[in-house]
Amino acid sequence: MNRSQFDLAVGAFVALGILALLFLALKVGNLAGFDTGTAYVIEARFDNIGGLKVRAPVKSAGVVVGRVESISLDGETYEAVARLRISSAFRFSKDTIAIILTSGLLGEQYIGLESGGIPEYLAEGDRVMKTQSAMVLEKLISQFLFNKAAETPGQTK
Amino acid sequence: MKADPISLLTSLGHAVTSRLDRLGLAARFAFAVFRVLGVVFLRFGLIIRELYFSGVRSLSIVIVSGLFVGMVLAVQGYEVLQRYGSTEALGVIVALSLVRELGPVVSALLFAGRASSAVTAEIGLMRATDQLAAMDMMAVDPLARVIAPRFLAAIFSLPLLAALFSAAGVCGAWIIGVKLIGIDDGAFWSQMQASVDVRIDIVNGVLKSIVFGVAVGLISVFEGFFAVPTAEGVSTATTRTVVTSSLAVLLLDLVLTVMMFRGLN
Repeated sequence: MNRSQFDLAVGAFVALGILALLFLALKVGNLAGFDTGTAYVIEARFDNIGGLKVRAPVKSAGVVVGRVESISLDGETYEAVARLRISSAFRFSKDTIAIILTSGLLGEQYIGLESGGIPEYLAEGDRVMKTQSAMVLEKLISQFLFNKAAETPGQTK
Repeated sequence: MKADPISLLTSLGHAVTSRLDRLGLAARFAFAVFRVLGVVFLRFGLIIRELYFSGVRSLSIVIVSGLFVGMVLAVQGYEVLQRYGSTEALGVIVALSLVRELGPVVSALLFAGRASSAVTAEIGLMRATDQLAAMDMMAVDPLARVIAPRFLAAIFSLPLLAALFSAAGVCGAWIIGVKLIGIDDGAFWSQMQASVDVRIDIVNGVLKSIVFGVAVGLISVFEGFFAVPTAEGVSTATTRTVVTSSLAVLLLDLVLTVMMFRGLN
């Protein structure tokens, strides 16, 4: 084999390898998502975030519009502070409600945004004023038991 | 060999010091190789030749193995997933295990068996036939002329081979999952895209295979360069390359995985 045949084979090898990397990045992963685009960060405070994780999706009407960037605890109010990175393509009014929802019965938790009607929009660093915490199963059950007990006063087993 | 405590301690001491000695030799050798790496870029043709023998010639085994591994993962994954009624997650399982672990690790193991053993045998035979000594006499540094190109070729080709392995594996899983079993095509790809993160999963996988390339490449040239210059010595060196490389890859994989993926959630 002479030099140019080596070059050809190696060139084809490198091109094939880069093609495989592109396939992984674009088709297997999703580089075309808006992690690359411009975005703004807003803040939402919850009493309880349940099992919400960093990088969980932020959805509006079921469509992914951003990701949870970080989660921390406010040491004074004991509220969980979630910072949400929202794609600049979407604007949400100042009275948007942020709710922690679960996809499916056992699926991952995500934040749902429901936009309000005020024609002023959330900008970088703003805080979502209305939030609704995650549903914690134990609290739901105890609430249900209390309600049950309240319905039938005087009856004991 | 007598079994009295003194000779047992002596043999233990000898075993420890000789291994430490070899480790120190390997470290000094690695340092010397890194120092001449820059020179190699002046003669790029040398790397091209090694890329051909190490990389291009490993293509077929890596792609075919990737295809089969992906197919097996799809069959086994489907078996478990259908118990929970979430067979659409097959793409996620296959893609994550390939991109994070199997792609870099298995291609590094295949590379150690297919290419590194040949490199060790080649360099060992050069040593045995005094070709390396002859180069030294002609004022040609064998580290720059022989060792460095082979080392660099391993670092360049392993990430590409790992990417090809993962891509072939995903295609194999697609053939089994979508074409033969009948999982929904859209769900297969969309769930995969939703769960595989480019930075966390794919870039970390590539980083892993670069580290494996450094380890496997260094071990193969080291064992060849310091092979005992006899027929038996070269064969021992070749075996040691494969064994040491495989162990090094698996150990490094554990360390890297803990560093990269622990505490993600």
